[in-house]
Amino acid sequence: MSDRRPGLRRRDVLAVGLVLATALVITSLVISRRPAAAGADQQARGRELYLTGCVSCHGVKGEGVVGPDGRRRGPSLQTSGEAGAYYYLSTGRMPLGSSDEQPRRKKRAYEGADLDALVAYVASLGTGPKAPIVHLAGADLAKGGELYRANCQACHSASGSGGALSYGRAAPSLHSAQPREIAAAMRAGPGQMPVFSSREIGGRDLDAVVRYVQYLRTPRDPGGLPIGRIGPIPEGFVAWSIGMVALLAIVAWIGTRMPIRREVEVPDQPGEGSP
Amino acid sequence: MSRTTRARRAKREPVGRWIDDRLGVAKLARTALNKVFPDHWSFMIGELGLYSFVILVLTGAYLTFFFRASTTEVTYAGSYDALRGVRMTEAYRSALDISFDVRAGLLMRQIHHWAALLFLASIVVHLGRVFFTGAFRRPREINWMVGVTLLILAIFNGFAGYSLLDDQLSGTGLRIAYSIALSIPVAGTWITSLLFGGEFPGPDIINRLYVIHILIIPAIITVLLTVHLAIVVRHKHTQFPGPGRREDNVVGERMWPTYAAKATGLFFLTAAVVCFLGGVFQINPIWIYGPFDAAQVSSASQPDWYMGWLDGALRIMPGWEIRAFGFEIPNPFFPGVLLAGLTFGLLFAWPFLEARVTGDHGEHHIDDRPRQRPVRTALGVATIAFYVILFLGAGADVLSTTFGLSVNSVLWTFRFAVFVAPVVAGSVTYRLCRELCRRDGLPMASKVSWGEIPSRLLGRHRPPDASPHPAEPDEPMPTHDELV
Repeated sequence: MSDRRPGLRRRDVLAVGLVLATALVITSLVISRRPAAAGADQQARGRELYLTGCVSCHGVKGEGVVGPDGRRRGPSLQTSGEAGAYYYLSTGRMPLGSSDEQPRRKKRAYEGADLDALVAYVASLGTGPKAPIVHLAGADLAKGGELYRANCQACHSASGSGGALSYGRAAPSLHSAQPREIAAAMRAGPGQMPVFSSREIGGRDLDAVVRYVQYLRTPRDPGGLPIGRIGPIPEGFVAWSIGMVALLAIVAWIGTRMPIRREVEVPDQPGEGSP
Repeated sequence: MSRTTRARRAKREPVGRWIDDRLGVAKLARTALNKVFPDHWSFMIGELGLYSFVILVLTGAYLTFFFRASTTEVTYAGSYDALRGVRMTEAYRSALDISFDVRAGLLMRQIHHWAALLFLASIVVHLGRVFFTGAFRRPREINWMVGVTLLILAIFNGFAGYSLLDDQLSGTGLRIAYSIALSIPVAGTWITSLLFGGEFPGPDIINRLYVIHILIIPAIITVLLTVHLAIVVRHKHTQFPGPGRREDNVVGERMWPTYAAKATGLFFLTAAVVCFLGGVFQINPIWIYGPFDAAQVSSASQPDWYMGWLDGALRIMPGWEIRAFGFEIPNPFFPGVLLAGLTFGLLFAWPFLEARVTGDHGEHHIDDRPRQRPVRTALGVATIAFYVILFLGAGADVLSTTFGLSVNSVLWTFRFAVFVAPVVAGSVTYRLCRELCRRDGLPMASKVSWGEIPSRLLGRHRPPDASPHPAEPDEPMPTHDELV
């Protein structure tokens, strides 16, 4: 017995080792499969959302759709990337009610995990810019202001309140834009907006611009009520409708006080009178 | 002892007499204080302009202590975070310092700017009052022209003032002014390089505008204001028709004490309104606009309201250019130079044009009621409509974003409205005037047929009724102490 014991022991050990090793391999395989499965879930969810909410205008592969009347119903998404998808979906600009509508900021249709899933799915349809993560702490406000004035104010106006573009289009006000939305918009160049790639405006500069745009929501603003901060048009309006109305009211008030007595004066200049 | 003697002597010789003994001004002062002014509230509108000008001089003097009219490049290190470390001109930096670091600087700047807007508004309303009541007719044509000159100077000085600060908005305005001057055929390039000291923006313009803004034009305005008022005293003020009021008398109140009290009160109330605006409403936030860079522009760049009609004309003018005699006539010439020239030329010439057309060359000291002159009133209202449409055209982009319209359709609307609105406004006014006269049983000015106007303007018309002047009431001169 005693001589068989070590042999048995060795077999036991081997068996246990084998079982353990198998278990380890299976476990590690299962563990390693897990994120992929989650990714697959997200992919599936994103695809599901895409095929219900976006496909009618952007096509199954994001290639864009031309309607039977020959008019383009929705553009290709294959170069939008994460940045474009994030910008349009997080600001609620997509989905649109009708393809003729100009996209405007509205309540988001997708939130949280659904938003992430759809953004990731659209990004996977092609190659496009990533939606940058913004680091506002330590971003250079003054530098951001310089970049903003050089690149953004021509359309969005110096105060960020937006402005008119041609044929009914408009550059939106930036006062409700969130940091990552601004960054994504710069990288994606939605609508008529130019693309500002990382070659033109690098990461630090991007942070600076976003910080300045955020600053424009509540800038240091002395001098009283900011009447629109869109230049002299509202100033002229206030000058006439408040200032001039008040002054004319005062003149009318003073000018119609009852006189104590009325006097008559005759011209004392001999040269006066009709020739 | 000696103190009481001195006191007694002082009692015997009051300040007034002391001055009169040395300068002999008592007679002049008595005449001035006894001067009778006709009472109508609208005759005080011009005073609003005068008092705004006084406030402009006072606040402007304060600002000159701190403003540096220099285009030297500096780096900002003041207390406004969002521009710290930015390169800018000394002019812009000193404007920022006035706004953030000079005690009461921003308040003074804002009062100065609001006072400028109201100065111009008062001048325009006053001009309207004089126009619609016919107070420009003989013998007041010269004073009318002095007034129009004052309007031009005030517009130019307002533009020079806000162009000094060298922020993005003012630089954009200067850029447009440069282009308008450049569009003058043949002479344009010479004029601009003379004024700006070279290609835009040029090294000299801020400095030159500063001298023009704080010295030259204010001095001319002061002289012309004095002339303006002296002529009013010389002619006596016009008056509206009423009981006892004739072409050869003035019915109203004496300068002292009634008008002195009213005028003093009006000055302080004008100052109160301007200070209220300066303290409560932000104007021209230059720190948001940033330093001027010739390569940049912001959307919603507009001039102050009194330049708005010019900007609007530039915006709604279709892009036509003409070549004539081998010279290019650039597009901005028509709205920028021709329209401005016509506007002020017609204003200067109006009293003479009207006298030619109506054939009425007589003296008038009794004001017209606007309704009794339907044609003049209608033309005036049509002109106002024309300039209001041009002004709105300057805000085409702001209007289209505010109301969600296409800026192109807004522009096209204005291109038609600028011709349609005056016609509509004029004919409505004409009918309204006639109806009002009919209702009140007032006599109306005799009609001049349209066909006669050209020949009358050219001076070839001979009125069939021989008398060149309308009949004046032949009444005896009233005595000096006649009370009404």
